[in-house]
Amino acid sequence: MSTRRGRRPRLLAALGVTAVAALTMSGCSGSSSGGASATGDVTLEFAQWWEPELPQGSLANLIDQFQKANPHIKVKLLSSPFSSDQQQMVADAASGQLPDVLGLDGAWVSDFAKQGAIADLSPLLKADNFSEDQLASEVKVNGKAYMIPAVNFVYPLFVNNDLLKQAGVNKAPTTRTEFLDAAKKISALGGNVKGWALPLDTAVPNGIQNDVMSWVWASGGSMLKDGEPDVTNAQVKSGVDYVKSLYDANVLVPGALTMKEQDKVEKFTNGQVGMVIDSLAHINLIKKNNPSLNFTVAALPSEDGYTGKRGIPYASWGVGISNKSEHKAEAAKLVEFLMSKDTNAQLSNLANGFPGNKTATPDFSKSDPLFKTAFDIYQAGYPANEFTGLPNADQLQRTFDEQLQRTLTGSQSVDQTLSTVQSAWKSIF
Amino acid sequence: MNLSSTNVEGPGRVRHAVGPRSTKRGASGVRVHKLVPFAFVSPTLALITLLTVVPILMVAGYSFMDNVIVEPNPVFVGFANYVKVLTDPAFLAALGNTFLFITFSTVVHLVLGLVFALLLNTTLLGNVTKAIFRVVYILPWLFTIAVIAVVWRLMLDPSGVVNYVLGTLGVQGANWLSTPETALGSVTFINIWSGYPFFMISLLAALQGVPTVLHEAARVDGAGWWQRFRYVTLPHIRPVIISMAVLDLIWTSQQFALIWMTTGGGPLNATEVLSTYTYKQAFSNFDFSAASAAAVVVLLLTMVLAFFYVRQQRVRD
Repeated sequence: MSTRRGRRPRLLAALGVTAVAALTMSGCSGSSSGGASATGDVTLEFAQWWEPELPQGSLANLIDQFQKANPHIKVKLLSSPFSSDQQQMVADAASGQLPDVLGLDGAWVSDFAKQGAIADLSPLLKADNFSEDQLASEVKVNGKAYMIPAVNFVYPLFVNNDLLKQAGVNKAPTTRTEFLDAAKKISALGGNVKGWALPLDTAVPNGIQNDVMSWVWASGGSMLKDGEPDVTNAQVKSGVDYVKSLYDANVLVPGALTMKEQDKVEKFTNGQVGMVIDSLAHINLIKKNNPSLNFTVAALPSEDGYTGKRGIPYASWGVGISNKSEHKAEAAKLVEFLMSKDTNAQLSNLANGFPGNKTATPDFSKSDPLFKTAFDIYQAGYPANEFTGLPNADQLQRTFDEQLQRTLTGSQSVDQTLSTVQSAWKSIF
Repeated sequence: MNLSSTNVEGPGRVRHAVGPRSTKRGASGVRVHKLVPFAFVSPTLALITLLTVVPILMVAGYSFMDNVIVEPNPVFVGFANYVKVLTDPAFLAALGNTFLFITFSTVVHLVLGLVFALLLNTTLLGNVTKAIFRVVYILPWLFTIAVIAVVWRLMLDPSGVVNYVLGTLGVQGANWLSTPETALGSVTFINIWSGYPFFMISLLAALQGVPTVLHEAARVDGAGWWQRFRYVTLPHIRPVIISMAVLDLIWTSQQFALIWMTTGGGPLNATEVLSTYTYKQAFSNFDFSAASAAAVVVLLLTMVLAFFYVRQQRVRD
């Protein structure tokens, strides 16, 4: 009996400890960074979506080079698909647990910067005498650089040469009139083939920047004025009017209102659409899935008579540093390594993109000839993506998307759409 | 045990002595004794508190604050987020869509599940035939939502299999998922397709529990198929039907992945439901306060259903 009595408090104590341990384990969490060991070695966490999209082991090889050059810094790669990366980072930022170095998309920068989750990079780079002049661009919020585009992926016009030829069109269209004409002729071929594809799925509304605003940027237009929304201007109206005219001409692949970007790529790959605006990163995918597809890339058509430089939409693999990192200096070294001339050239070659370091030269010797063509288009124009760095960039596009869908389905005019978008954007800004 | 302090008052009856020392010991012993059950359940309670109660309370707390998560110092705004959400036309549209989606899904799940369960329970088919049909009928349940979404997106594509088959029958196809008039019906259909096997299996188990002697007695009394079904089968499986229906209402009201991966809530918000609305508020608008308010509203609505479910279970017990 006395033995049993003695066990009870011990049992209670054990259970209590279990409960407290559970509470402690959930309540306490690790620091935002990997931390430093007793020997002074620092472990950086590098969260990105790049690794799954690069050839297997290639990013790890680059990181090995970095670790050899910086023996006291270890890098732990945290890789996840792009689709889940943003949500993960939002959650991490909210809990102050962002990894030290981050793969960033331009559309996320403004929100993270406002939260104070990411660090101003300029002082960190200056401390190492890393010249920012060699960078092709930086994404800034209120004058502070929070993201450096490491690799840029442009969105030229992809053209199915065989369909164009069958439709009696000799060359890729260069103006809006030529494009409409070519799209009509391709659509007239029948057999479920259409001239153009417009993905307007609202779950991932990037069709607005890639497939709608690109018409505006290609003719030198802008949706901003002095950093504020200006979507009711004549250039944007002209671009949206043109998209509406394509829709009304029935040259679009059916199902545009819920079409996703991957649907667009699949339909082009399968020869169901003659022309799409798509990422250069998809060249290999298209060739892998349909090696016999005869296609090329061209500059986006502009307004008739436009002779200025053409803006070409782009997306970037950006890199930034967590403001909560305890090892910002070491994190800056990794950023500098990724942006250095040789590494950046290697990284962009591996990713089939264009380097974020101006002095890095892409090596086209082993890549598809279309990359060289695209690089020439890129150099002849200028990279244009006005959504980069804007607040709630995703929501801005979704608002535009929903209003555009009303216009396309005939429930409101283009002017109504643009004025609604203008006021909605104003409130977000 | 101190035998000197115990009086034996007869067979099987023991009375503890009531001295001052023994009273003190006895009281603390009783206290410890009472705490033991709580100690046993404390790990579970701790986990439930951490993983369920705390997150719910946090979300409820967020719903009364402004700019939570994205601002370091959010301020208390009372019911402002609830007013904002409940007066948002998009939320009200999502509420209506959710009602239609879960109502049709549950009713058709039930009818289809019952019909297939009755077919599989019939004595008219051989065991091998029934096994084959059982496998065929249960197939939709084996696919993950991601696979279901991809497969049906391909099939319902304007140039997909469904429209091709309709075309060969001389029927004009449609842009099933991208036309506002057909999108909600299409995602509801997909949800029904993917969910009926669970009803079927549960109801089949219930049907197999109906005593055959009752059917035989009813048959002897001259009852036809419909009368036997109505007065013998249905009363036996009614508790399962009600439990399944309430559970399905709860599960379907939380359906997110299927809608997100097929239509994303579009076109023109035609398939926007409470879960997609809440997600967009949180991860697109970064308005976690409004998202929390919407989530609390969904929680309250779901709790009403859960209340009926628990009551039904108590009645069964």
